[in-house]
Amino acid sequence: MVYLTRRAEFSASHYYHNPKFSAEENRRIFGKCNNPHGHGHNYMLEVTVKGDVDPRSGFVVDLKELKETMNREVIEALDHRHLNQEVPEFVAQIPTSENLAIAIWNRLRPKLNLAKLHRVRLYETADLFVDFYGEV
Amino acid sequence: MKAHLTRRYRFPASHRLHSEALTPEENQRVYGKCNNPHGHGHNYALEVTVSGQVDPETGMVCNLADLDGFVDREIVEHYGHANLNTLPEFEQLVPTTENLCSAIYGKLKEQFRLAHVEKVRMEETMLNSFEYAGGDELRH
Repeated sequence: MVYLTRRAEFSASHYYHNPKFSAEENRRIFGKCNNPHGHGHNYMLEVTVKGDVDPRSGFVVDLKELKETMNREVIEALDHRHLNQEVPEFVAQIPTSENLAIAIWNRLRPKLNLAKLHRVRLYETADLFVDFYGEV
Repeated sequence: MKAHLTRRYRFPASHRLHSEALTPEENQRVYGKCNNPHGHGHNYALEVTVSGQVDPETGMVCNLADLDGFVDREIVEHYGHANLNTLPEFEQLVPTTENLCSAIYGKLKEQFRLAHVEKVRMEETMLNSFEYAGGDELRH
């Protein structure tokens, strides 16, 4: 079993707000992230797949295919977007990095033919990242 | 859904590696430059990984303000700009980064109740790092 990780970058804006909470609760729980005008991040995504090395190609996965899938399914949908307003997953969910990592996993998993998705790691900043392994 | 959240902090501290169980020659041989009696310092980087169910109401494993508050108050304030050898936890213990890593893990595990503490990772320099998960194997 070999693990392979591919990186991609995207920039997006978001804000945190739960309509079930009062305005005060939203401010208390989400702090600055509750600013209704939003703010943005340069996200760094790391996608790790695992599998046995194909003896003919020497590959775990065709990197070109992985790169194209990541670009098509994730980067094109999220890059330079307002997550709350333009990404369907976040109509009813708060676009935290936890939920964003889960959404990216759900977008990629059905599209990866041969390699098995192992981990989605999403850096919101250089000092904060979330890992999702597909666990319920 | 269960997710893992890792937050990175920084603090500088000084230490000297010296063991009372060893002779002066042995200390010199084992610890080399780190045995200098005047001590030396590092810019430590600390990564704390917590895990848990993502709260459907907040979208969070735990509120970052709570984790930051705890780590700043209990760890960064305690170790930052300190001489590690003068702290009670290193009275009988050599303040290697292995031992520092495990002391920080222990403090988090005992006192931070708002998420499951998975792992502590410490960088002593850009070339050395240490990870401790309470003795468990690390997850890839």
